[in-house]
Amino acid sequence: MIELIQHLVNGLSLGAIYALIALGYTMVFGVLQLINFAHGDVYMLGAFIGLYVSRHFALGDHPSLGNLIGVLVCAMIGCAIVGFLIERMAYRPLRKSSRINVLITAVGVSLFLEFSGQLLFGSDPKFFPQIYKPEGDWTLGALVINPLQVMVLGISLTLMALLQFVIFKTRLGRAMRAVSFNHDLASLMGIPTDRVISYTFMLGSALAGAAGVLVGLTYPKIEPLMGVMPGLKAFVAAVLGGVGNVVGAVVGAITLGLAEEFLVGYWSPNYRDALAFAILILILLFKPTGLFGAKRTEKV
Amino acid sequence: MHSPVAFKFTNSLLIATLFLGLSPIGCKKKQVPQDTASGSAQTTSVGPIKIGEVGSMTGSEATFGTSTHNGIDLAIRQINAAGGVHGRMLELISLDDQGKPEEAATAVTKLITQNGVTAILGEVASSRSLAMAPIAQTHKVPMITPSSTNPKVTEQGDFIFRVCFIDPFQGTVMAKFALETLKIKKVAILRDIKNDYSVGLANYFAETFKKGGGEIVMDQSYGAGDIDFKSQLTSIRTKTPEAIFVPGYYTEVGLIARQARELGIKAPLMGGDGWDSPKLAEIGGKAIEGSYFSNHYSSEDQSPEIQTFIGKFKEAYGVVPDGLSAMGYDAARVLADAMTRAPSLDPQAIRDAIAATKDFAGVTGKITIDSNRNAVKAAVVLKVVGTQYKYQTTIQP
Amino acid sequence: MTQKNEPLKNLSTHREPRSGLRTLWVWLASLALVWALDFWVTDQLDAYFFTILMYAGINITLAVSLNLVNGFTGQFSMGHAGFMSVGGYVAAYLSTRYQAETPLAFVTALVSGGLAAAGAGYIVGLPSLRLKGDYLAIVTLGFGEIIRVVLLNIDAVGGARGMTNIPPLTTFGWVYSVVVVTVFSAWRLVNSSHGRALLSVREDEIAAEAMGVNITRAKLRAFVIAAFFAGIAGGLFGHYLRYLNPATFDFNRSFEIIIMVVLGGMGSITGSVVAALFLSGIREALRPLQEITKIDFRMVIYSLMLIILMLTRPNGLFGTRELSEFLPAWLRDRLDPKASRKST
Repeated sequence: MIELIQHLVNGLSLGAIYALIALGYTMVFGVLQLINFAHGDVYMLGAFIGLYVSRHFALGDHPSLGNLIGVLVCAMIGCAIVGFLIERMAYRPLRKSSRINVLITAVGVSLFLEFSGQLLFGSDPKFFPQIYKPEGDWTLGALVINPLQVMVLGISLTLMALLQFVIFKTRLGRAMRAVSFNHDLASLMGIPTDRVISYTFMLGSALAGAAGVLVGLTYPKIEPLMGVMPGLKAFVAAVLGGVGNVVGAVVGAITLGLAEEFLVGYWSPNYRDALAFAILILILLFKPTGLFGAKRTEKV
Repeated sequence: MHSPVAFKFTNSLLIATLFLGLSPIGCKKKQVPQDTASGSAQTTSVGPIKIGEVGSMTGSEATFGTSTHNGIDLAIRQINAAGGVHGRMLELISLDDQGKPEEAATAVTKLITQNGVTAILGEVASSRSLAMAPIAQTHKVPMITPSSTNPKVTEQGDFIFRVCFIDPFQGTVMAKFALETLKIKKVAILRDIKNDYSVGLANYFAETFKKGGGEIVMDQSYGAGDIDFKSQLTSIRTKTPEAIFVPGYYTEVGLIARQARELGIKAPLMGGDGWDSPKLAEIGGKAIEGSYFSNHYSSEDQSPEIQTFIGKFKEAYGVVPDGLSAMGYDAARVLADAMTRAPSLDPQAIRDAIAATKDFAGVTGKITIDSNRNAVKAAVVLKVVGTQYKYQTTIQP
Repeated sequence: MTQKNEPLKNLSTHREPRSGLRTLWVWLASLALVWALDFWVTDQLDAYFFTILMYAGINITLAVSLNLVNGFTGQFSMGHAGFMSVGGYVAAYLSTRYQAETPLAFVTALVSGGLAAAGAGYIVGLPSLRLKGDYLAIVTLGFGEIIRVVLLNIDAVGGARGMTNIPPLTTFGWVYSVVVVTVFSAWRLVNSSHGRALLSVREDEIAAEAMGVNITRAKLRAFVIAAFFAGIAGGLFGHYLRYLNPATFDFNRSFEIIIMVVLGGMGSITGSVVAALFLSGIREALRPLQEITKIDFRMVIYSLMLIILMLTRPNGLFGTRELSEFLPAWLRDRLDPKASRKST
């Protein structure tokens, strides 16, 4: 019984990590219908920005919540800039091109970030300094809960709520929804579509940056290829929840986290990486719009 | 839209550049192919002796390739500073294989036929060495792999050597240590399923451990690059093993240790030489303390070889060498030693000299090459204490 | 909208079906030439350039077959290396298991590998090709991963330790015969009514469907044929390298094939051939740079090249045109009378 609950706790905290990455993914996909392959690598950059900031100010020596917030803000700003540049330089010129061309570019950007990351940061794994250390673990008999993971889950849910607010209650959000609904029409209505898309990218990338720092803190080992698998899994989570749906992304991510956890715990860890894609194929087969996705009809 | 004329023009330009790109290859093809089997080494009796190295400098295993390369590089520089071999300098030509077997095969072919190297050093991983070995063997160029532990590597031919343990030996070492020194009977295994080295070690460990009366209570796996191991560890926890054998690389073991302690698992972890890196203690922190791993040498050992190596390495690269660097260093020095002893730089003579290596005082132990071209040397078991790796015991082959 | 119009014009260059097998002799002559060259190349060529040439041939097969899906059908498959690994492993398993090294046994092994890959292609393609959009990209990428994970767990083929001692059966003759057969098949397919169905799917799925094209079946056909040839290429690869490891067939491998297709032009068979030759050569030609700088820039250069190519020349070097369309009129007239008539 304890084992079951422990698996549940583990799965939730793993899902929270996927959720953080999936939030940014789903936003960009929702507005542009673009699978931004580089999202996982922006997340990697976020972790490295966090690492260098913490190292520079030696924040690991005096762990505190203030440090964490400072580093988070730096990483989010850094990643927003990177996201802006990627969109401006690689995706915007292709706005009118076929989707396949944009997709290829996205793959190119992703690989470019990975391999130049290896040259720039070195390919050896780096230790992420403990810039924030909550007091002890919460234990209940054999059940162990790491407060950091609770925090990650909390942050994911807060960000989800925040995004939901931005999308449905602000002018920017309304513009995003309009662009997502029909790009040309939105532009005719006087919505500065390019600017809205830029904002979306910056917001999504900032979320990825935050995820990078938080993952670095919880799993203190970062390296230039760390974004590849989580990026793909976050995408699966986004599809699972219904692409473009913020709540769906979080639910999808947590479902995926739990599914992985139970597969590994009760059956075999050997097929862990295959699971996400198997889920993806099943979802696409039976409910291509995802759990929460609205059906869109295509018109000629 | 382009006008048709301009369009044709740009196209022909593009095609012209395409063929220009191809042309250097086209030209080189016309070279008279050299008879590689007779050994290209003698063709240049002056100038430096060329040594080829193939390693994974980029790609997901770049960190291992870079470590090995630094070790080899340091050895070559030291040998040259001491006057080289037969009065000639050594020139190291390093090629990247991006961690891919087919690239390693191409790279080794290039080193042999284009650069005319006298001998080959590499690869780190058995998967790449296995792709390289048949080629080195066909061209009769001696090849020493620093750290490929799969027994099959040296079975590829009589020109293929290694300076590291083979999986069966190292697996046995930890099994014996667990049974005899730690006196434990219940061990869980957590292996890296994507890594041939880890799978090999885990298999041989389980075999010996069971033979010695021990019990493998659980055999779990993960994949290199994973960061979350809690589900495996939660399952392992239910079986309450007395130790967990994690024969992976230091890149993941640090995190595994942390998560094991978080889940309240007190049992020590055990591992192999893949653990040997300062990163292990850095990433693992307090969690990895009290764990054991087998290695080639102990950095506490006061022998001059080891202390100079560690000092010079820190001076050159600013970091403490890991096990792979030490092995690269030794591979290069075993080769240089053999070349010095060999009557000529004929590949066959060098091969025979490497095969005759006996009690070579390497950093990673006294190396003797046996009839299967494997290094026979003792293993030491180290314990992680603070950020130090403390010597525990020596286990003879 | 210009993007849409240009390929449409191209539809008309892929004219009416060619009457029978009029040009079959060209292909038979190429096959004969390959085998005539076989002895000379194997005997005379330096081992290094021979290796490059062999990988180039395998890459041509991969690129041309992938072009059927990514270029002609307008889908985006990112798992070609996965199909390659299925073919490679099946073929290698058969030849090591039965220790048969005759040409007939080799062909059997290769074709079995191809068929296994085609079967895998059918299973993957059937669900995912019904969907619109970019999902195929992710599903095929995922399939590549799944295959890799499965291979890691099969002890009979060595798991992570890889498969060793595969007989060295791949020769120049075999590789380039497969190249000729692949190019020929692709060319026949594209110029058949099935091929026009594929092109119509690429241009506009809804319109194609309205015209009575079963779009799922058309896509699936291209996908399965592409997987078949990828499987054959995998078999050749395994019997040349004599060693197979699941890690070889990772996403980067698929990505390399994609670059070849994109660089050559999505929808140009000869473009893929030229690009595969070029990229197989350039990766080795860049080695001296690496020896000088001590840093391997190759993957950074590749990825940058891909981005810049997309930004400046999204149709690749050849677009949807074939090499023959760049030839001077008199020569083109000899080789391909219809093409010259159309373009004048």
